[in-house]
Amino acid sequence: MNIQPKPARFNAARRAATNYFVSGLSILATLVVLAPLAAILFYLIYKGASSLNLAFFTQVPAPVGETGGGMANSIIGSGIILLLASLMGVPIGIAAGVYLAEFGRSSLLGNAVRFTADVLNGVPSIVMGIAVYSLVVVEQKHFSALAGGIALAIMMVPTITRTTEEMLATVPLAVREAALGLGVPKWRTTLSVSLRTASPGIITGCMLAFARVAGETAPLLFTAFGNQFWSFKLNEPIAALPLQIYVYAISPYDEWHRLAWAGSLVLIVLIMVSVTLVRIYASRGVLKGGS
Amino acid sequence: MTTEREPGSPVSMRDRMLELQPNIEGKGGVAEVGGPLSPIRAYLSQRGSGRVGDKTFAVVVLVCACSIFAIVLFILTILVFRSRLSLLQFGWRFFTRQAWNPVSGNFGALPFIYGTLATSLLALVIAVPLALGVAIFLTELCPRVLRAPISFLTELLAAIPSVVYGLWGIFVLVPLIRDVVGPFLVKTFGWTGLFVGPNFGVGILTASIILSIMILPIISSLTRDIMQAVPNSQREGVLALGATKWEMIRIGVLRNSRIGIVGAVMLGLGRALGETMAVTMVIGNQPAIAKSLFAPGYTLASVIANEFSEATGDLYLSALIEIGLALFLVTIVVNAIARLMVWAVTRGAPARVG
Repeated sequence: MNIQPKPARFNAARRAATNYFVSGLSILATLVVLAPLAAILFYLIYKGASSLNLAFFTQVPAPVGETGGGMANSIIGSGIILLLASLMGVPIGIAAGVYLAEFGRSSLLGNAVRFTADVLNGVPSIVMGIAVYSLVVVEQKHFSALAGGIALAIMMVPTITRTTEEMLATVPLAVREAALGLGVPKWRTTLSVSLRTASPGIITGCMLAFARVAGETAPLLFTAFGNQFWSFKLNEPIAALPLQIYVYAISPYDEWHRLAWAGSLVLIVLIMVSVTLVRIYASRGVLKGGS
Repeated sequence: MTTEREPGSPVSMRDRMLELQPNIEGKGGVAEVGGPLSPIRAYLSQRGSGRVGDKTFAVVVLVCACSIFAIVLFILTILVFRSRLSLLQFGWRFFTRQAWNPVSGNFGALPFIYGTLATSLLALVIAVPLALGVAIFLTELCPRVLRAPISFLTELLAAIPSVVYGLWGIFVLVPLIRDVVGPFLVKTFGWTGLFVGPNFGVGILTASIILSIMILPIISSLTRDIMQAVPNSQREGVLALGATKWEMIRIGVLRNSRIGIVGAVMLGLGRALGETMAVTMVIGNQPAIAKSLFAPGYTLASVIANEFSEATGDLYLSALIEIGLALFLVTIVVNAIARLMVWAVTRGAPARVG
């Protein structure tokens, strides 16, 4: 736009029209973007809710050709894998975030870690799957819940690290100095003052990482593998909700499609409830934030 | 108790400490006999400084931070190690060969590279204008009341798992493309030659649409952050010259944030390249290079998802792992460039009027 004082170029009517046109386009874009969301949620509720019943939450999948059956083992299996992943991923992620915020704020190593974490965040989940397969499953010679947990834990670490760092950076220096001035050692200051102050934001980060990996299928394909029956052992193949949805969705049976919709509804409700709870919690917490 | 006194430390204070900590007395007394150690110092040295704790703590968090490096290195080495058969057998030609024949042991990645690039670029073509529109609406036009709910809704799109997109794609989008959108495209854009051949609903076009929905929230939320980072003085300056709102957005906001927006688009590209489940479920899974967007295809990620668990033979497996390695390296490069671009903008670099 070259704004010139020549009247011929200074066409107010056309400029106003362009302005309205572009505003309209951007509103249209927003509506177009929200349409798939509405469509997906509508179909999930429309197709999924009718298939939800008590059996869905209490029974294992029925053999082909039989009606009924549920996804109880998948729900529990997902829970076990996610618990394993959180147990491994959350402490490492928070500790790495503490390093970035408290020790390596502007050091070369700190920047390198920060950059690597961001890059790791963008690595496709299927690559995590085959990497963990190559390391854990090939060595163990069988698929296992543990391998699935490791794959998901690796995916959680970068998100948690970066959120923890950002949240710790918002804790005022004076708070740390107050603790140090009382003679509290640095590790104690970090653990019970800095981390405590930043905890709402850090919990938000952990929950967002959790919600993100909860729906992941690709890294579990060759690690947890799936299971049609109950399994609680960590070194055996285990069922997971997203895996089971995938298997049912690409199957040719209507009965299984029905279960896939129901499973998706359950999965998405679980994820959305956790994300929404986190939003509410974070907006009421000491520090607002979270990415 | 008064044999020696720390300069500057009042007696009352020390006494009070001793009162509070009666167990110091004994040790302090011992020290007093032998040397010039004050009770406070004795108390402090008995209590221990944080030196050991601090050292341990620093080492522990350092190890955790370095574990992120270790993870990346471990993925790289294990993928190279496991794909060595295929790396040695095919070399660089692996990426230019079109054959994919597990029976005769003849492998080439070209169809998958084509499928990945075609779906990702088409997804960007669809998603970028929409994402920009959403970001402009949210930062510049939206009433304040609607801002939080709408950005929350667009971010909900990112929370929907890939497999649910795939399920929705199979049962809703595929019939829609087959019966409604496909015929319309043939009628309107048939002359381009991009929409020829039978349309089964599964294929590159459907995969691209699903991908575009999935990468939209990433691009739009990052673009929004970047546009919000443009200082208000820029907007005011352009408005003060008599610009309309759109001119203000174009000159004051978009021009200042273009590097960041390119970075956001590249992050979206990185996500699109590696997206697996939803694409696998709707792309048709045929290793063919076809010009038509209706034709089924295959992507790097979806061939791994689909064939890895049934791969028989070491060469087959290592060819699939080599595809994973290629995907890993490409997404790392794309993400690295994108991150550098986004950082360059959001890290308080002064806004330039270009």
